Amino acid sequence: MAATGDTRYEELSVEAADIRPHETTWQRVKKSGSVRLGGAALAVLLLIAAAAPWLGTVDPTMFDAGSRDLVPGKAGEMMTLDGDLLRHTFWFGSDSLGRDIYSRVIYGTRVSLFVGVVVALLSLVGGILLGLVAGYIRWLDGVIMRVMDGIMAIPAILIAIALVAMWRPSLSTVIIAIAIPEIPRVTRLVRSLVLTIREEPYVEAAISLGSSTPKIMFGHILPNTIAPLVVQGTFICAAAILIEAILSFLGVGLPPEIPTWGNIMAEGRIAFNEYPHTVFIPGIFLTVTVLAVNILGDGLRDTLDPKMAKRI
Amino acid sequence: MTAAKSGTGPVLDVRGLTIALPTHSDRPEAVSEVSFSVERGEIVCLVGESGSGKSVIAQAVMGLLPDSLPLTVGQVLLEGEDIAHAGRDRLRQLRATRMSMVFQEPMTALNPVMRCGDQIDEVLREHTALGPAERRAKILDIIREVALPDPERIVMSYPHQLSGGQRQRIMIAMALVLEPALLIADEPTTALDVTTQAQILELIKTLQARHGMGVLFITHDFGVVAEIARRVAVLRLGRLVETGDKDAVLKRPRHDYTIMLMNSVPDFKPHGRPIAPDQPIVLQTKKLDKTYAERGWFSARRVVHAATDVSLEVRRGQTLGIVGESGSGKSTVARCIVRLIDPTGGEVYIHGEEIARRSHRALRPLRRKVQIVFQDPYRSLNPRRTVGEAIIEGPVNYGLSRSEAFERARRLMDLVRMDAAALERYPHQFSGGQRQRICIARALAMEPELLIADEAVSALDVSVQAQVLELLEEIRERLNLAMLFITHDLRVAAQVCDHVAVMSQGRVVEYGPANEVFVSPRHAYTQALFAAAPGRDFAFGQA
Repeated sequence: MAATGDTRYEELSVEAADIRPHETTWQRVKKSGSVRLGGAALAVLLLIAAAAPWLGTVDPTMFDAGSRDLVPGKAGEMMTLDGDLLRHTFWFGSDSLGRDIYSRVIYGTRVSLFVGVVVALLSLVGGILLGLVAGYIRWLDGVIMRVMDGIMAIPAILIAIALVAMWRPSLSTVIIAIAIPEIPRVTRLVRSLVLTIREEPYVEAAISLGSSTPKIMFGHILPNTIAPLVVQGTFICAAAILIEAILSFLGVGLPPEIPTWGNIMAEGRIAFNEYPHTVFIPGIFLTVTVLAVNILGDGLRDTLDPKMAKRI
Repeated sequence: MTAAKSGTGPVLDVRGLTIALPTHSDRPEAVSEVSFSVERGEIVCLVGESGSGKSVIAQAVMGLLPDSLPLTVGQVLLEGEDIAHAGRDRLRQLRATRMSMVFQEPMTALNPVMRCGDQIDEVLREHTALGPAERRAKILDIIREVALPDPERIVMSYPHQLSGGQRQRIMIAMALVLEPALLIADEPTTALDVTTQAQILELIKTLQARHGMGVLFITHDFGVVAEIARRVAVLRLGRLVETGDKDAVLKRPRHDYTIMLMNSVPDFKPHGRPIAPDQPIVLQTKKLDKTYAERGWFSARRVVHAATDVSLEVRRGQTLGIVGESGSGKSTVARCIVRLIDPTGGEVYIHGEEIARRSHRALRPLRRKVQIVFQDPYRSLNPRRTVGEAIIEGPVNYGLSRSEAFERARRLMDLVRMDAAALERYPHQFSGGQRQRICIARALAMEPELLIADEAVSALDVSVQAQVLELLEEIRERLNLAMLFITHDLRVAAQVCDHVAVMSQGRVVEYGPANEVFVSPRHAYTQALFAAAPGRDFAFGQA
């Protein structure tokens, strides 16, 4: 084994070719068509939610008995609480109480997106903590996972209904009720990731470097679970939006005065044969939103999946 | 084709083969203007380091190139017929009948849910009109020919019921059952242990001589080349740099690259460095035991002895090598010493302090004294942390301030001959050899007294391996470290070790100074192991 001097080595070595030109994750994500499409659709929905008061809407809870059951596009009048008479075009028509469906749908976007995002965050945080502990601290694994199995054995919608029924229906109770059945799914995912990552040599290296257990869990293992969790988060978000709509539609979700797509559909159901738009319009918004979140999630999964990332 | 049938002309003649790489790759072509031939009845070795394009050439010959790697220019003449642009049907006719391939990993190359006999039978049914009885006779014949015991039983076995070597024999049987003119063997012994490897190499040689086929043998292992090749073709970054007879290329290389490669191949002879006497003992294990108990609710307990009765010692400034085949328990011993796993019995002393029984809390102050470098440079660094963060993690854990730790990291980068700018970057920006240097720096940042290298150079190409070995040697000398060097590669062991412990089935079967063990091994296993080492008496780079 003769010493080949460094310059000579550099010149002859093929080692430099070992380093492939590397695209950053963000560059790959940006290139994905699905991410762009889903992201753009979501951005529009977010804008709508944020700008709801300035999009020609009126107070979504305001009703006027004289403007009941109007068909889309019809102009009418509304009496505000102060007694002013307001001329208003009912772009999406009005419901059986004389409320403007357009305003309710637009404001409903706020509720749906808020519920989706907050449920996703809550269940991710809960699932990450439980999953990390179950995956890394083996004696707690059995206990935590059996509880999770128990929760997963009951249909999510039933747990949510039961929880909302136990508490007073409000935005926060609905969010918690939807988040709880999602937590076991995240826990399972995180645990399985932790079980793989904890065997990686870099984790063993950290152990032999004397790093504490929390440091290994949060500094080494957690950052390497982020990619699949982001993907899972989008799917939870989509599911949460749907479940919220279902709960509201069944009348066990948010109180009827809060404008949500589920509530609008529930009210429209009675007169569905005559005024199908009262169900269809919020339904279309719901569909587009869930589809956008799912397309975004698919795109993220394709770009963040480590197996796909290894292609040249 | 007429020339071929009459038996003249080469079996395989590759002319000016060029295969493009996708855009944005590190080079425009995977293989550039490669020309070589394989004559009837000879074994040609295609050698090169990783990324040299050797497997791509094999795929091109078999017509197995993925769409992302198009064959742009050149001819591939199989017995005179140009198959570079042959259609799928023609290639299908030729595969197995005129050319066959044996792959590296016999477990994944065989279908796990099909009996071995059926897998061979599939080839016969596809390409011949033989009846069931004739096919069965042929299958039993070929299984006998690849020297598998009890052919009747083998035919009925599933791949998982056979050992790695037996599986590779099945692969060879499948490849040869229709007596092709050309056999392509792509690293067929790389996944096997050295004693199995020797048997498979012997088998390929025997069959090749008996059937007079041409063999294109792809490998990165020069020991294997010395063992099996008649002619050698050396590839570097997709270009052929040197071809010629084995002795000419391996002993009198002309191209600079080949010369460097030959100089990088470690000698089989122990280094013969004098061992300084009376150094203090850094590591001592006494009757170290590790058993794994499989607990099932409904089945009986199954106990696996991973390490039994292992007693070793390493003194300051010395290197103890643990050699053995896979599953011999060498890594188990290392992991017990670092306490990544807890030993079942026995004692481990670091500077006289017992650590095998300590709780993890009580162990913490002693952890820094023992550091380990792992095999896989791609998995030993956290992809989400910069190199600098990785190196300072240990010292910071033990109370050094970040700025002092970074100062130390900068000095260490210098020691492992890397640029300090590397500290700001992420692991994916470095090659395998560079990452291994980073791992060494990370271990040294703890200022350990014992450095364990667990197959630390096994995943590296031979030239990079030589560099890392040199670095380890220099560090051991400069810092007067005790080193525990675990490897399956006897050449590497001969190069670096002062003492050697040979392990087999969890036990140390022979233990002594490297000079004695390598020159006159006493235990039968050691003798068999050394005898199996490919090209052991071959003098690389020396005429």
